Amino acid sequence: MSALAQPPVANLVQSVDWLAIAPPTLTAVVGLVVLVADLFVPEARKPLLGWVSVAGLAAAALLLLPLLGHDRSTFCLTGATRACSYTADRFTLVVQFLVLGGALLTALLSITTLKDGNRRYPQGEFWFLLLSSAAGAALLPASRDLATLIVALEVASLPAFALVGIRHGDKRSSEAALKFFLSSVTATAVSLMGVSFVYATTGSLYLTQVADRIQHVDGQLHTLAQTGVVLTLVGFAFKTAAVPFHFWVPDTYVGAPLPVAAYLSVVGKAVGFSGLILVTVVAFPSYADVWGPALAALAALTMTVGNVAALRQQATRAYSAVRLLAWSSVGQAGYLLVPIAAAGYTRDAQKAVGSTVAYALMYAAVNLGAFAVAAAVARTARLNRVSDYRGLYARNPLAALLLAFFLLCLAGLPPGVIGLFAKVTVFSVAVDSGLGWLAVVMAVNVVIALYYYLQWAALLFRAPEGEPARHRLPAPLTAALALTGTLGVVLSGAPQLVLRFAGTGLF
Amino acid sequence: MIDISESVMQFLLALIVAGPLLGAVAALLPAPPGLRGKSPEQAVLRHGVTVTGAVLVAAIVLALGFDQDHPSRMQATTDISWIPALDVRIHLGIDGISLPLVVLTALLTFLCALYSYFNPPKGPSPKAFVALLLVLESGTLASFAVLDLLLFFLAFETVLIPMYFLIARWGGEGRTRAAWKFILFTLLGSVVMLLGLLLIGIKAGTFDMVALATDNGRSLTSSVQVIAVLAIGIGLAVKTPMWPLHSWLPDAHTAAPTVGSVLLAGVMLKMGTYGFVRILLPVAPDGFRTFAPYLAAFAVVGIIYGSLACLNLAKKGAKGDLKRLIAYSSVGHMGFVLLGIATMTPTGVNGALFANIAHGLITGLLFFLVGGLKDRTGTTDLDALAEETGAALYGKAPRLGGLLAFAAVASLGLPGLAGFWGEMLALFGAFEPAAGLSRPAFLTFMAIAAFGTLLTAAYMLAVVRRVCMGALPQDMPELADVRTYEFAAWTPLVVLTVVAGLWPKALLGLTDPAVQQLLAGGTR
Repeated sequence: MSALAQPPVANLVQSVDWLAIAPPTLTAVVGLVVLVADLFVPEARKPLLGWVSVAGLAAAALLLLPLLGHDRSTFCLTGATRACSYTADRFTLVVQFLVLGGALLTALLSITTLKDGNRRYPQGEFWFLLLSSAAGAALLPASRDLATLIVALEVASLPAFALVGIRHGDKRSSEAALKFFLSSVTATAVSLMGVSFVYATTGSLYLTQVADRIQHVDGQLHTLAQTGVVLTLVGFAFKTAAVPFHFWVPDTYVGAPLPVAAYLSVVGKAVGFSGLILVTVVAFPSYADVWGPALAALAALTMTVGNVAALRQQATRAYSAVRLLAWSSVGQAGYLLVPIAAAGYTRDAQKAVGSTVAYALMYAAVNLGAFAVAAAVARTARLNRVSDYRGLYARNPLAALLLAFFLLCLAGLPPGVIGLFAKVTVFSVAVDSGLGWLAVVMAVNVVIALYYYLQWAALLFRAPEGEPARHRLPAPLTAALALTGTLGVVLSGAPQLVLRFAGTGLF
Repeated sequence: MIDISESVMQFLLALIVAGPLLGAVAALLPAPPGLRGKSPEQAVLRHGVTVTGAVLVAAIVLALGFDQDHPSRMQATTDISWIPALDVRIHLGIDGISLPLVVLTALLTFLCALYSYFNPPKGPSPKAFVALLLVLESGTLASFAVLDLLLFFLAFETVLIPMYFLIARWGGEGRTRAAWKFILFTLLGSVVMLLGLLLIGIKAGTFDMVALATDNGRSLTSSVQVIAVLAIGIGLAVKTPMWPLHSWLPDAHTAAPTVGSVLLAGVMLKMGTYGFVRILLPVAPDGFRTFAPYLAAFAVVGIIYGSLACLNLAKKGAKGDLKRLIAYSSVGHMGFVLLGIATMTPTGVNGALFANIAHGLITGLLFFLVGGLKDRTGTTDLDALAEETGAALYGKAPRLGGLLAFAAVASLGLPGLAGFWGEMLALFGAFEPAAGLSRPAFLTFMAIAAFGTLLTAAYMLAVVRRVCMGALPQDMPELADVRTYEFAAWTPLVVLTVVAGLWPKALLGLTDPAVQQLLAGGTR
């Protein structure tokens, strides 16, 4: 920060801007505190740990406020060339807000799940893992060198494996965790290999330096650099659940505790797409002709496979509601990828990826809302089939109206105005950059997706089978529903709140 | 006619668009004390009548305050920035083209609410019914009042969900399938339309319809115009509907409840044709000129196809459904509207707009009458109704029979009634199409379309013969004649049909200057 003012000897020591790194650091510290406190808190008081975690996440999100307005960088090289490992610019802050907010809502959902779980969940470990994963996910958008990126990716992923398999004595849960673990580790390994190729050709790990030097790669090393670029993308594409790296999604979501599935669908995706944006737009802009078409094909494939699979879900199968949400999240990942792919075709790449961020903010709010309703329904209907939602309106009118609203937001039809305009921004980026075919593919997908979203929404208002049994929602679930519902409604009235990120550069 | 200050006009227009939406929210909440009525059902249906009535009054006052000496000028305009990131502005305004449609929508929705108050829809609670009806009204009114392309798209999409639920929950036989067909067809169309709208907005740098109309396509290359017109045209053509994209319409009409059919035919189809006139004609004239002959050809095929389908349904032993028959006749009537637009001449476009309104009045009335017939006899199947000799409605319920005959004759385009002028002007327009369009081709279209009017007359008269006439059986079953509330709901439509037929200038005087201006490129 004040490298120039220091005496020359101190130049060798990197100064640390503690305020800039406060949000992820605080999250990690609270995680450790909770883990240690777990040893001393009596069993009856364990729910307290959950509220401490919620408070920690809220505080971390509040710490983003003083960072608004100007960019801060820390962990910088102290030599002649300036390159930093950690930058808190607009992009970082927005994605950190998304991650911390998503983790906060997940925590609210988890409190109820842990309470209902009757000691099948180790509480201290659960909160520790959730917070560490959130810390990693919050670190990732700020990382500006490839090593930090990979480390952040791993910090976000490793606790997630454990979270998926955390339920004691549940075979499905541990199987899902193993599947998730094996495929994810492979993807990260491939990414690491890509990073090493890039390092071999450019001799630097800092994104800005890589962007500079990769333009002047020796002719012989050109293929190596290209391979490196593509392989680096794989790890992040995996986290986004892009096809063909999506096969873990349905089984993992079904096997994991419901809040963890919600977490993966929102924060996991945020990790994936923010990594993709950093790597493509910041590190390899000169290789747009390589990653642009690759991501466009990936986007088209992802949305089509996700939506068609969601369409084929049978409403009466066990866990079909979670399965449907899982496949729909794959389809939504396809829409998220469209602006990143379009960034490869346009001169103003930073503006294009702003649409991804805007879409992700909308998606995070409404998808977590849908999961919150699913968690509420799962309390009475253990199997969580789509057919269990029949007549929800008669049992719990507000939850039914909210779920219908969230689903229509995901589908992008009024009254889900924010969903509609988020889709419009994505469409407009695609049209603007000349990716007309991708826009048409997406248009067809929107229609396919409407079918299953609306089918589910219509089911909520059908006459219930048997006597409707009303039951009160616990306070944390109500809070999560109120939060996401308010967000959705407010954003529908004032879409500019999130869409402004689509209008300007983020870096 | 009367002098109303501009700010009041602005408020009225905003109220017309937003009022029903607020009313819809209020309909879902429990009724406040003092407004509870006899039962919750009655209270909410009354709420629907009140809100739509207020909107109708606002629309009438707006029409009275409209400066009829300058119908080509946008009036009661509001222009507020809403989403700067996408350059979306809340830009509202009405001119001579949109004013009649706004009034028609407000009128038809009010009549529907009134009809439902006395004749509650059969199905789940009327609470949701009223809320959906109001959202539908808001979306339709908004699409006629907005002057921003993306806002138009939003309004276009707003009507989908309410209409889906109206068909799927309160409809008749085969409603689930029909509702799905309706929403998937129209959504596919409108998403493609969105791509076209975005293309225009991005290439021209604005989504404002007035600015784009003034620009008259000068800042768009012809290839952009051609692609945009194709994309937007497909979306609008699905909604209109144009042959061969019409196949959702007969199913939707047959399955929808009476009120749904009336609104679907009366106002929602007009959103498609209105889009053609408001967006495509002025914004991308070159692209439109490329497709105009094809549009006219499809329109003419639609006229003949619709008439033949109706003739087939009206045959003895064909088990023709009356609602389905009227739906097919709509395909034919909208064919005339599209033909008028495709000529790109003031005469043709004025005819199209006139036919639009006339179709809304007459077909709305027809669906009301058939709904009333279904309430009494329990069927809309022509064969079941007519039995051996004919349903003899003249004998059993003379007033109902008389009204049905009146609506049928109006629909076939009898001079002196509303249906005549629009179709005749559309044919006139085709006689001399705009410069750059092939005259021989349009003369052929005109001849075929004129033949179509004969076919229309044939099937409409067949319907009248089979439903209204016939031998009166001895042991005549009792059939209630037109009830008071039905008179109240139907009389305005009958009166307006006659007035528009005898005094077409009232409507043409409003549309003509605005059309002239649109075709001339916003400046004249």
